[in-house]
Amino acid sequence: MRKRRENIKNHEQEVRIFRNRSLVAALVIVLMAGGLVSRLFYLQVIEHDVFITRSDNNRMRVEPLPPRRGLIYDRNGKLLAENRPTYNLTIVRERVDDLDTTLQRLIDILDLPEDEVATFRERSRQRQRPYQPALLMSDLTEDQIARLAVNRYLLSGVEVEAQLMRYYPDPIVMSHVLGYVGRINEEELAELDSGDYAGTHFIGKTGIEYTYEDQLHGKAGLRKVETNARGRVLRELDRDSPVPGKDITLTIDSRLQHMAYDLLDGRRGAIVAIQPKTGDILAMVSAPGFDINKFVTGISYDDYRALQQNLDLPLYNRAVRGQYPPGSTIKPFEALAALQDGVVKPNDVIYDPGYFQLPNDTRRYHNWLRWGHGRVDLERALEVSNNTYFYTMAYRLGIDRLSSFMHQFGFGEVTSLDVQGAAPGLMPSREWKREKYNQAWYPGETLSAGIGQGYFMATPLQLAAATATLANHGHWVRPHLAKRIGDQVIEPPFADTKPDVQVDQARWWQDVYKGMEAVLQGSEGTARKVGAGLQYEMAAKTGTAQVFSLGQNQKYDADELTERLRDHALFIGFAPVEDPQIAIAVIVENAGGGVSGLGRELTDAWLLPDGELKNRPDTTVNEEVESIDGD
Amino acid sequence: MAIDFQRVAPRTHRARVGRKRSIWLRIHLDPWLLSILVLLISFGLVVLYSASGMSTSTTMAQASRMGVALLGAIVIAQFTPVTLLRWTPVAYGAGLLMLVAVEIMGDIGMGAQRWLEIGPLRFQPSELMKIAMPMMLAAYLHRRPLPPTWRDLLVCGVIVGVPVLLIARQPDLGTSLLVTCAAVFVILLAGLSWKFIVTLVAMAGGAMPLLWINMHDYQRQRVLTFLNPESDPLGAGWNIIQSKTAIGSGGLEGKGWGLGTQSQLEFLPERHTDFIVAVLGEEFGLIGMGTILVLYLLLVARGLVMANNAQDTYGRLLAGSIVLTFFIYVFVNIGMVSGILPVVGVPLPLVSYGGTSSVTLMAGFGILMSIHTHRRLLTH
Repeated sequence: MRKRRENIKNHEQEVRIFRNRSLVAALVIVLMAGGLVSRLFYLQVIEHDVFITRSDNNRMRVEPLPPRRGLIYDRNGKLLAENRPTYNLTIVRERVDDLDTTLQRLIDILDLPEDEVATFRERSRQRQRPYQPALLMSDLTEDQIARLAVNRYLLSGVEVEAQLMRYYPDPIVMSHVLGYVGRINEEELAELDSGDYAGTHFIGKTGIEYTYEDQLHGKAGLRKVETNARGRVLRELDRDSPVPGKDITLTIDSRLQHMAYDLLDGRRGAIVAIQPKTGDILAMVSAPGFDINKFVTGISYDDYRALQQNLDLPLYNRAVRGQYPPGSTIKPFEALAALQDGVVKPNDVIYDPGYFQLPNDTRRYHNWLRWGHGRVDLERALEVSNNTYFYTMAYRLGIDRLSSFMHQFGFGEVTSLDVQGAAPGLMPSREWKREKYNQAWYPGETLSAGIGQGYFMATPLQLAAATATLANHGHWVRPHLAKRIGDQVIEPPFADTKPDVQVDQARWWQDVYKGMEAVLQGSEGTARKVGAGLQYEMAAKTGTAQVFSLGQNQKYDADELTERLRDHALFIGFAPVEDPQIAIAVIVENAGGGVSGLGRELTDAWLLPDGELKNRPDTTVNEEVESIDGD
Repeated sequence: MAIDFQRVAPRTHRARVGRKRSIWLRIHLDPWLLSILVLLISFGLVVLYSASGMSTSTTMAQASRMGVALLGAIVIAQFTPVTLLRWTPVAYGAGLLMLVAVEIMGDIGMGAQRWLEIGPLRFQPSELMKIAMPMMLAAYLHRRPLPPTWRDLLVCGVIVGVPVLLIARQPDLGTSLLVTCAAVFVILLAGLSWKFIVTLVAMAGGAMPLLWINMHDYQRQRVLTFLNPESDPLGAGWNIIQSKTAIGSGGLEGKGWGLGTQSQLEFLPERHTDFIVAVLGEEFGLIGMGTILVLYLLLVARGLVMANNAQDTYGRLLAGSIVLTFFIYVFVNIGMVSGILPVVGVPLPLVSYGGTSSVTLMAGFGILMSIHTHRRLLTH
């Protein structure tokens, strides 16, 4: 049997075996085909709904349509903030034949410096959905775009995408007014309406950009698009257009702003000018400024450190956050307080021996003029800025009445409508001192407060606002920066406006104005040199604030030391007296001299038909001051 | 060999009764097989036109390629099985040599090497092995009494093992498994005892961990992705998720020719090659899938009938193996695209865009027709 099997083939048996085996095979094939059919049935019938949804989700994409950010203009329609297209370099790896070669080509074409090459390569490896572009570089220069365009045929999968970016044509002089936008950070992201900010990368960080973020941003739109796997949009299925942000017109006159910045002439200081009737802030300068455009694209670490370490503190908005002892500039307000509270009459004469003494106290509080001004009434007290007179007023009023009257003019409070970061200053009082230091109030401190020293602190914006209110016969208008938002005109009355300052006799206003006019025109006026040849009636008050101490950890060389120990010079004023058009506060740190001339030049420019303002055709970016930041 | 042919005599006598030598037999072609083939190819071209994004040039290129392949099948059908049997060792030997050549070139070059370039021609020896391997086994078993003995199996093991190992080393796991499949079918059809089959399956099961250890990372990744495609939806799982979505969203009737969003918007990868059946599923639905499956089953059924009518062991085993292997291609491809098998690079026979595999398949059908139509010539 075994032998037979080895040598002779049994054909009947072989055919039978083959037939059986192919029958089994046919059966198995039918079973396997059945398996495939049931799988297909499962996918195409039972789970059909799931997959149809998935396939729709694949092809349809809801894209946010970011709104165009509102533009910002000055009161004359000069553009202060615009949106400029910038160009970003993106790469779709799936469409690149050889990533390394392409990257090397890009590096050569763009002429990238060594230290950027690594980040560049890293970005290209970032994990991404297939066929989604990865951002390689933002803010390409025109030159780079041109070079990329020329080499386009070598760079499949590489694309240049346009995006709108904020741009400030006048970045330094306007820096503290406008503020700036920057990339949305994680904290902000958590607070934002994710729907409205879905396609937006920037948000207002400071200044007007911050205050009016909601209005400037607008409302995001949506569009439903059909895309292919590469993410390329094939057609639009549905669209809900975005509502662009509202354009904002500021109360700022950029010519006046520039002029004020130039007048400060590289010194540290601030100037605020307000139109008393409307509360329009015509100029709000804090010098030195800084280049806000650098913050939009993302300032480099070195640049930022340079700004932060700059002793002139360019990032610090002195106009609204700088809290200075107001010095003698508070005397007109104090005079009104004394008149209203009946502690003095305009013609009452006080004898100034050169100092003031509290009863039962031997300490002498000196007038700035050591030998005294002799007989002084209210007008002369303001004209010569007599300290003894105002020591007496402060003593008679007492800190409680003085403090509460000064509060009526906005000292120690934030009165502005829309100025971001405005500081309240400090109007000291008995309660304040008890709370802060748990100490009793000393009478001597009342005297210091009476000449705007001691604890008394005010910001330039506060001084300007108080001066405007003074010019208005006590009528309050909240100072504000926005004049028009879209179609809406921003004009008084504003909500939460302080009640007007009331005095029993209207002529008291005139009495104070007369004293302030004498500052410029009187034979003894503290700013009589500046007042020469004045073509309109102007009221003003000068002031000096002592520099008390230096900040710790600050090192100065000898020259610097003496320079920075000089007194701050202040000035407030308004004009014309009968129909006030402009109220100004000026502070120049460590000025070492009077700054009334700055105020006079600004009012001249604003009021005179052939003033300097009219001769400034249109302000341009001041190239000279560009070097101030970053030094 | 002569003895074998004489032994066949009694059966041929019976087969001859009542049958005229039809025109088809005289030109050595099978009308049933050819009709189904033409139907399948035509349906395939319709799907390809859509899958290639309405590319006339791609479709025409494929059409002419299939035409040439069909012509090749007709030419091969003219050779007698005797001739084929005679050339079998040569084909096998040549295939083996080329595989060795690829191996050596692979060592010199680097990485995966599957091609052999001779002048302008690029040739894939593993494709030749898909045919030469079952031929060689059938030729060997043809001379042995069946069912095969242990010694026969050992010889078969060597015939199969050497080229399969060489192909697996390229590395081309998919092809090496398919070639093994073709060989296993020959042995199974030859009457390998069920006991042995059960033992072998058990052993294969035991060898799985060993296989896993020796796999390349990308192969393991494929298996893992197959087991859980959602684990890497943007990477390796992307293909499967997209093809399942395409098929599933097609539903019963499909989205319509050229209207499949998965295919036309390019979410589906390799949509005109390995994943073409997903295009079919999306655009023609379950009805379309059923139709193509029926066509494949008809082709396999006709092939099995032809194999059963073969007159000698060589023809029977070779024809059977070709038919069963063909079905395995279909099963593996549709199974992979519909997500019940791992992703291995197996095209859908006669439908997927591409030349090499079509040529091999058509050569197989040519051999099938040769075996079927040359029965009478074997008798006196």
